[in-house]
Amino acid sequence: MLSRVADSLYWMSRYAERAENIARILDVNLQLMLDLPKLASEEQKALWEPVLRSTGDHVDFDKHYKETTSDNVIDFLTLNPKNPNSIVNCVTTARENARHVREQISLEMWEEINRTYLWMKSQTLKKIQRQGPYEFFTAVKNASHLFQGITDGTMTHGEDWDFIQVGKYLERADMTTRILDANDEIFITRPAKKSQTSGTLQWSAILRSCSSHDAYRKFYVAQVEPDKVVEFLILNEFFPRSIRYCAGSLNEALRRISGTTGEHFSNLAEKLAGRLVAELNYSALEDIKTVGMHQYMDETQIKLNNIGEAIFQTYLFSPPLTVMEEEAEAASQIQSQKQGKVPANI
Amino acid sequence: MALLDKYQPGDFFDEMFVAEGKVRPHYAALFERFQNLDQEEFEQRRSAVDAAFLRQGITFTVYSDEQGTERIFPFDLMPRIIPNSEWTMIEAGLIQRMRALNMFLKDIYSDQRIIKEKIVPAEEVLTAKHYRPEMVGVPVPKDIYIHICGSDMVRDREGTYFVLEDNGRCPSGVSYLLENRVAMKRAFPHLFGSAGVRPVDHYTQDLLTVLQYIAPPNGRSTPNVVLLTPGIYNSAYFEHSFLARQMGIQIVEGQDLIVQDKKVYMRTTKGLEQVDTIYRRLDDDFLDPKVFRKDSILGVPGLVEAYRAGNVSLANAIGTGIADDKVVYKFVPDMIKFYLSEEPILANVPTYLASDPKECEYIVTHLEQLVVKAANESGGYGMLVGPASTATQRAEFKEKILENPRNYIAQPTLNLSRHPSYCDGHFEGRHVDLRPYILCGEKISIVPGGLTRVALRKGSLVVNSSQGGGSKDTWVLYGDS
Repeated sequence: MLSRVADSLYWMSRYAERAENIARILDVNLQLMLDLPKLASEEQKALWEPVLRSTGDHVDFDKHYKETTSDNVIDFLTLNPKNPNSIVNCVTTARENARHVREQISLEMWEEINRTYLWMKSQTLKKIQRQGPYEFFTAVKNASHLFQGITDGTMTHGEDWDFIQVGKYLERADMTTRILDANDEIFITRPAKKSQTSGTLQWSAILRSCSSHDAYRKFYVAQVEPDKVVEFLILNEFFPRSIRYCAGSLNEALRRISGTTGEHFSNLAEKLAGRLVAELNYSALEDIKTVGMHQYMDETQIKLNNIGEAIFQTYLFSPPLTVMEEEAEAASQIQSQKQGKVPANI
Repeated sequence: MALLDKYQPGDFFDEMFVAEGKVRPHYAALFERFQNLDQEEFEQRRSAVDAAFLRQGITFTVYSDEQGTERIFPFDLMPRIIPNSEWTMIEAGLIQRMRALNMFLKDIYSDQRIIKEKIVPAEEVLTAKHYRPEMVGVPVPKDIYIHICGSDMVRDREGTYFVLEDNGRCPSGVSYLLENRVAMKRAFPHLFGSAGVRPVDHYTQDLLTVLQYIAPPNGRSTPNVVLLTPGIYNSAYFEHSFLARQMGIQIVEGQDLIVQDKKVYMRTTKGLEQVDTIYRRLDDDFLDPKVFRKDSILGVPGLVEAYRAGNVSLANAIGTGIADDKVVYKFVPDMIKFYLSEEPILANVPTYLASDPKECEYIVTHLEQLVVKAANESGGYGMLVGPASTATQRAEFKEKILENPRNYIAQPTLNLSRHPSYCDGHFEGRHVDLRPYILCGEKISIVPGGLTRVALRKGSLVVNSSQGGGSKDTWVLYGDS
């Protein structure tokens, strides 16, 4: 399989997943605000800031807007063309990458991602506000689920499909670390300072941001408690958005690509992914608490980034062979930049 | 009122009507079907087809638009029909032409017999922009230069077919031919069985067979065939990916290929993999920065060397542009006589060369009646349509012609045939041409029909997509009615 094709499949998958995650975070936060008494602008700001931090765009946001209000954040994260991680840009980039490899993916996949793109292009902020943002976010999430379902159901589960899985799980694990990291304050702050109800609401909101509220309830059959939320989202073995699950699936996909079996590795990406999986497999909540949530999430993010970099070096990037090649490489980098192939800024 | 009740064929050769209300026999079944449609039903099918094209991304990119807008190539639902006997003649004529053109290219890049015997003047060939001296003495696989050709044909006031030009470099549009048929089958499923329409969808299989046929012997079981594209920003990218998908081959960009020891490889996740045949949708100029344009980042350094060494095949070969040259075009009937000792089956449009002083004199004094074309432009650019031109435009062209006579030719303005086409809520006559796609491998084959392009702007004679053209499905019937 061509390296360039693998590269496009990987980024197509990452950006499709990112669009879904951003839609979910926004949706949850908006609903959370409905449950809280009318908020002063400072309080609104306090609720939106973790959201901006978890998408990694808070610096950019401050450049474009004076106030951190719901309307501004929605504008920034949904349709703003200047924000590389706005939903519209994620969908556009995913679709652009799909266009690059449209003869490789199934016809159904292409038509679905193209449909989503055309629909997205027809949206305006006014339209979204009028129909209720909930409808919009649901449509984005559904489009992503439909796309992933079509991918699983219509594409041969070979090397190309595995690169899509790699992109998906890496992006998803990354987003879960960001959500937890951005909200670490509410795990530290004890109920003494916060009212019990608003605490529970926020912890529930975090679960919902990871689509894991019901799964959590089923698993613990208990109240929503911060420790358990952390444990569930990081260490749960079976929930498809926990960091451990994502790391495991990522590791498996990498091994299928190279054909490596057994408890060893054949390249740096597998080595790093294998280590992360082992670490998560043999960690308990106490270990996370000892290190500190913020620290732990930071380290995990760095590990995920290193895995991403190793995948790039192993499979996607071909080192230049002659001077001429270097020029071509530089040109292709300019092209990649044009397509916005950059991970979310941190 | 039925859809075609008020249709006026006008003073043209109309493909469908002999005269007002009088339908040609091969259109009779279609006419009846369309007369039974009401406007609303017709509009419904039309918008369903347009929506399907957009959803499937069957679009081309508009270069002038900064946002990179993608548009669909306008599709006219009324098909163009060619009866079997007419098609048999066209087919024989195009095959004859194709044989002569390939023999001409082989000759030009080896003995140049046709020049020595003064059939074609040396200066016209050797000064052609797309003549490649690098190819002289380089054998090409199976002596085939043009593997894929898209010749443009038109009909005049009497309905006679003419070849207007031979596109022997990278003709595009065949994907629209195939997609148009799919769209028509969806919109009018019942029409096909009763009309007796010859299928077209074997084209991509035939194309793959040609590409495999010319592959250098490599000791491996199946040749590794790839399609080289300039990339997704190219306006024909849809077609490139469509053809690659249909053939089940890889689509590659220049950056995916690398040359080592005069062999071409593609970079894969499992290392380098050798490539045997490249169906390149990139002009000669951009193929290899070591040989042609130094600033090309679309090509592959070292590709020409690998090609000359016979380690990789290219379709089409390098240097076929000379057969595309509008000056060389004039001599195609002479080539047919010279190489094949046959009479040309299909006529050329009479052509005046500005490089000939006598003909030049005629051109500049008759600009108002002529169509002037730059010898190497395509896509409807660099053209003057005399009868529709202003005095200023004519003066401008006169100057250009006198400045660089080798670069210009002129032809009488043909009164192109028209076809009923749906414009602004009713059917009107619009000028059409026909681009059949010819494949040249072990044998020469032509997919029945071709792409019918239609100049949707009223009165316009220019059918190119960049100039407001659209297209139609083209039916070749099993019989004559």
